[in-house]
Amino acid sequence: MSLEVNGKSYEVDEEGYLADLNTWDTDVAEAMAVADGAPLDTSHWEVINFLREYYEEYQIAPAVRVLTKQIGKRLGKEKGNSKYLYELFPYGPAKQACKYAGLPKPTGCV
Amino acid sequence: MSEDAIIKKFMYVNRKSPYGTIYALESLEVVLITAAFDQEVSLTFTDDGVYQLMKDQKTDGIGMKNFSSTYAALGDYEIKKIFIDKESLEERGLVLSDLQELVWEDEDEDYAEKSSINLVSRADLSKIMNEQDIVMSF
Repeated sequence: MSLEVNGKSYEVDEEGYLADLNTWDTDVAEAMAVADGAPLDTSHWEVINFLREYYEEYQIAPAVRVLTKQIGKRLGKEKGNSKYLYELFPYGPAKQACKYAGLPKPTGCV
Repeated sequence: MSEDAIIKKFMYVNRKSPYGTIYALESLEVVLITAAFDQEVSLTFTDDGVYQLMKDQKTDGIGMKNFSSTYAALGDYEIKKIFIDKESLEERGLVLSDLQELVWEDEDEDYAEKSSINLVSRADLSKIMNEQDIVMSF
């Protein structure tokens, strides 16, 4: 399967996750979000950028509990909670934000 | 998770070198999944398993993903107890400084980093294993 954005083609799996992390760019992230009906703003990008940094450092997408804790540490306590993250990513913060970040689907979590 | 949730003590025992077989990677994945379910998880590295934590691993030559950087995320998963078998390390001519330094952050002390590594003798390891609810060997 592939996703066409601005004339560029991205290979994705059946759930819409990028097949190759290295093909990711901000255009494809924006396009995925628009297709889900909610364009990205600065708050979304804070989480997406965090996930990309975390993956770069540890080679894994963090579980939602870890994501929540780390967001709280880096961006402030008012953002380090499930309510805030679920408002940004109603399909599940780790799952949906990982998709936009071009990361593999996290194992066994929302 | 509700307050009366059952929390068990899980220990994962890693015995094999990191890349010859799939055991080390599989163990790490199971560890991360278990920890995500709020269980009390500890890891032991013994026999050739001590090689899993070696610093500066490079896997380009064998065409496998270098997953050694993932061990540094264990602290984020609230895994604060990593046991290294002292004799296994010595038998292989290794010292603790050949291995990664693994830490966890104490939220109550402004995210101070604390070491997760415990160098223990086999005799002590055996006692610690007896205190576990579940011991899984990889």
